[in-house]
Amino acid sequence: MSETVHIEATVNGRDRAFEVAANHTLLDVLRDQLGLTGTKECCVVGECGACTVVVDGIPMNSCLMLAVEIDGRDVTTVEGLAADGHLNALQQAFLDVSAPQCGFCIPGQLMSAHALLQRNADPTIDDVHEALGGNLCRCAGYLQITEAVMVAAEAGRQ
Amino acid sequence: MSSDGIIGSSPNRVGGRDRVTGAQEYVADIHSVGELHAKLVKIDESRARIVSIDTTKAEQVPGVRLILTPDDLPKPMPRFGPQYQDRPVLAVGTVNYHGEPVAAVAADTKEAAEEAADLVHVEYEVLPEVHTIDAALDPDAPLVQDPSLRPGEPLAHTNIKTEINFGWGDVAAVEGDADYVIEREYEFPMITHFAIEPHGFIAEPVDDGLNVWSTIQHPFQLQKTLANLLDIPLSKMRVFAPDPGGGFGGKQHPKLEPLVCYMALKTGKPVRLIMSLEETFQAVRRPSTRVRVKMGLTNDGDMVFQDIATDYLIGAYVDIADRVAEKSSYLAAGPYRVPVVKIAGRTILSNTTPTTAFRGFGVPQITWARESTLDEAALDLGVDRFEIRRRNLPEKGFEFVPGDTPADGDWRQTADKAAELISWGTPLPEGRGRGIAFGIKSGPTTGLSYSTVRLLADGSAIIFCGTSDMGQGARTVFAQIVAQEMGIPIENVNVIMGDTATVPYDQQTSASRSTVLMGTSVYRACKDIHGKVRAMAARVHETDEAEIEVDGGVVRMAGEELAITDVVTAGLGALGGEVIGNGEMRKDKVPGHPLAGNAAFFEFNCTAIEAEVDDETGEIEIVKHVTVGDVGTALNPQQVQGQDDGAAIMGLGHSLMEGLILDEQGRTRNLGAIDYRIPTSKDLPTELISASIENHDGPGPYGVKGVSEGSLLCTAPAVGAAVRDATGLVIRDLPLTPQRVWEAMREQKT
Repeated sequence: MSETVHIEATVNGRDRAFEVAANHTLLDVLRDQLGLTGTKECCVVGECGACTVVVDGIPMNSCLMLAVEIDGRDVTTVEGLAADGHLNALQQAFLDVSAPQCGFCIPGQLMSAHALLQRNADPTIDDVHEALGGNLCRCAGYLQITEAVMVAAEAGRQ
Repeated sequence: MSSDGIIGSSPNRVGGRDRVTGAQEYVADIHSVGELHAKLVKIDESRARIVSIDTTKAEQVPGVRLILTPDDLPKPMPRFGPQYQDRPVLAVGTVNYHGEPVAAVAADTKEAAEEAADLVHVEYEVLPEVHTIDAALDPDAPLVQDPSLRPGEPLAHTNIKTEINFGWGDVAAVEGDADYVIEREYEFPMITHFAIEPHGFIAEPVDDGLNVWSTIQHPFQLQKTLANLLDIPLSKMRVFAPDPGGGFGGKQHPKLEPLVCYMALKTGKPVRLIMSLEETFQAVRRPSTRVRVKMGLTNDGDMVFQDIATDYLIGAYVDIADRVAEKSSYLAAGPYRVPVVKIAGRTILSNTTPTTAFRGFGVPQITWARESTLDEAALDLGVDRFEIRRRNLPEKGFEFVPGDTPADGDWRQTADKAAELISWGTPLPEGRGRGIAFGIKSGPTTGLSYSTVRLLADGSAIIFCGTSDMGQGARTVFAQIVAQEMGIPIENVNVIMGDTATVPYDQQTSASRSTVLMGTSVYRACKDIHGKVRAMAARVHETDEAEIEVDGGVVRMAGEELAITDVVTAGLGALGGEVIGNGEMRKDKVPGHPLAGNAAFFEFNCTAIEAEVDDETGEIEIVKHVTVGDVGTALNPQQVQGQDDGAAIMGLGHSLMEGLILDEQGRTRNLGAIDYRIPTSKDLPTELISASIENHDGPGPYGVKGVSEGSLLCTAPAVGAAVRDATGLVIRDLPLTPQRVWEAMREQKT
């Protein structure tokens, strides 16, 4: 049942080689094996977005991906956004507009927003709602989250 | 940032940085060396007699360390609960609701625990169950709770747990004075909290005590419950409560922590139970209700009487449900001056998920019924739907509930602001409608919050307090208070919470209390420091204390203003050290009061909606959503907006899309995120305006009132009224899904 597979992947900019159980999801491996607990677990059926990470530029529900699928690919988690301890523009904007309330959905929101801004530097509010539509926030801080993404986009264009 | 103007500003959230880097630790992120993983064993029935539990196959799974069944627990089975000791640690003899755990497995890995839990063979006999109000009230209904669990209760041989009666005056005597009487019945469905963080618990045996980590909102209540059950002194029963990932009331009271503690004690190892979202749905919910509203009015729309009776369908164990019913019923007549009021309520036990606190604490259910009935009355009478509400509002200071806390705000200001923002009374395009509703909720009626503030030698400060910061931003507002009162930058204030062995006692985090009650406690701890600084200044400057004033971060003496931190640095001298202040805020019980105490403040809210209904699909588009609350002082406007927006959207959830669905056997059929929908960023109103009225007239520091629940109290009736205005449809059940609206439209056409 727990056959292991050797994989090599770039995680938050660092090349890593490790063994993963064939039946473990990317979420399991990030949280339990690599200690990257910023990625959150909630629904485990790809509906809430709390476990969103970016794989080769595309936001993915890590609960729906097997860890073996990241072999040879580039994975960014919330821990990979800040460089040298400095928040990136998106994180800073989230902080400045008080987008996080309880904070549990925020890593997933940030990763969906990060992927959006990578492919679209000048999104409309509808683009943001669409891109983050799969990230549930029960505190429902959606207005402030959207505002933060727009502020970060603006900062990125300057 | 200096402390100048820190009150009423929006500094970065304390704890915000960790929330955007992923460093914030929630319970599931915490691990203990040698930990075991727990998994619950359940059966797919809402009521069944357990014949036997066979663990033979499960024990064969490699890595399994314990399979705990009721036989392994003390006899009689330990029970607990915030109001009644009725909830067993594990189901004993009978499963009484869908998802009640019958056994639990602990193993070295999650997989082993899950595999073994599947292999525990439970033989059972399905028993008749009740999961609706009518079925539970049937004289022949099976009893949800055995009468032996309810000693001395007059209704022990029925499924009615408690009957509630409040009111003033005699309805029969004034019924003839009303020009118009209306009577309607409205229903409100079961709702689940759906915090994005599912519940999770860890218990670790240490020496002769226990360390427990929980997603709990009330760590001190959990500590007391566990200490009593396990006979461990409070001093050795240590509860860690990391910031919950959303609570909304669902995490107030102990649930499976006792079970996890028994497992840890049995194995001598740390045991963690991180529940799935589905299991969390089966742990707690909001009570569904059926509310009958009878109302008498004059032709001008003045209220003559209200007569409101509410049935609350609660779960198999009471949790805090009786309190929810009592507190919400108490203000059932709303924020109005009503000469005569009769209020009745019943909590009705059923074989369903236990019901607990949920943002608004029962008020949204009753408000949906009262405000919708009032709307129907206004239309019948030809009185403007806003005016009929406004004319019945009490003036500030009026005891709208005789003998209780008077109206604590100029509520017409709030109402007028909402009307103005929704452009009440102006023409609308074809197919659009508007609705407006008023809601009111009592703040806390009792409370006890201690805090300690340590002003350190370098002029920085640490706050110790037992509030849980579950997103409302308590850390930030307490840090703002200390920054203001010590005259230091907020960046130099640290806030320690969530550890019963480190922070002083706090009763609970609920009822939008923390800024008012713990805020007052923290403010008083600052005043305690001010007193010590005054003595220090007198000593250092050889001045009489009476000549010295300490306030707002500065020391005033001999026509001079000195920074508190400078005085402290000088006063502490070569040895350094610190100045420690203690604060206490106590709101005692009032003997004989139906709620054990009067309201510390009211949350008063007006919500106005403009909506359009698609006559092909029945889909409701919220074009504009206005919510206005009387907040006293917005201590942190950004966070107030976050609370108001969030509550408003949560209110749209139960208005438009949410509801638990039970099958004919009382089993929940929409467990989890696929089948239970909550609002996403694609379900937002086209425009949402959250506004506040600030008259600095609240009981908390700087005139604050609580704010976290107001915006969802009257969302549903405002939406319902807008739909009626747009279409003429009267729908008396929620949620207003496209299907329900479409069906009503079809019926209307035929």
